[in-house]
Amino acid sequence: MNKVVRVQAGELDALAEVAAVSAGDTRVGGVVSFIGLMRDLNQGDDIASMTLEHYPAMTEKALGRIVDEALERWELLGIRLVHRVGEVRPPDPIVVVAVAAAHRGEAFRACEFIIDYLKTRAPFWKRELKADGSQRWVDARGSDDEAAASWDD
Amino acid sequence: MIRVLYFASLRERLGSDGEAVTDQPASVAGLREMLAARGGDWQQAFSGDQRVLAAVNQEMADDSTVLKDGDEVGFFPPVTGG
Repeated sequence: MNKVVRVQAGELDALAEVAAVSAGDTRVGGVVSFIGLMRDLNQGDDIASMTLEHYPAMTEKALGRIVDEALERWELLGIRLVHRVGEVRPPDPIVVVAVAAAHRGEAFRACEFIIDYLKTRAPFWKRELKADGSQRWVDARGSDDEAAASWDD
Repeated sequence: MIRVLYFASLRERLGSDGEAVTDQPASVAGLREMLAARGGDWQQAFSGDQRVLAAVNQEMADDSTVLKDGDEVGFFPPVTGG
């Protein structure tokens, strides 16, 4: 089982992570990935950069738990979950979820499950620096709670 | 003793990133009450209508989670990663 969970402060090479999730494993029939990118617009405001804070002792534990739950639900051959912390700028990748499986269905579902759960259960917080120089904390969105809850049925 | 940590917007509002609490509360609810009793921003954060989540020893917890000596409690606003 090719399982990698990582939090990193430096630049994130999203495509390298996607390539690595199936590297050399000829049982893999499909890879599904989600790459979350930093946008330069949020709630109608121009955004210059963002700082991602986290709860270091808890973060990898929380991410590991989400990945383990995906492994219980679906037959998977590889998972890579990598999240940035610190300062990011548009259009830097913030998070990469890459899932490898023998068949596409499980890979699609597991990938969406992991990002939906991460959005509501992993201790990260975004603080935006607007183009006008002011700063604000990003508010959690109700639609993220609904997406995560949809997996509980 | 309980080690208490505050994160993100909560840390800024309280002007503290953490502290050691020596009066041993029985549960997360008890700790919230103790902190709210300080008044002002503390009261608003811990007994107001804003959501403040809790983790005990780095696992998500709720108000009924029991606390014991040496535990670490993290308080934080709803998460916004991904």
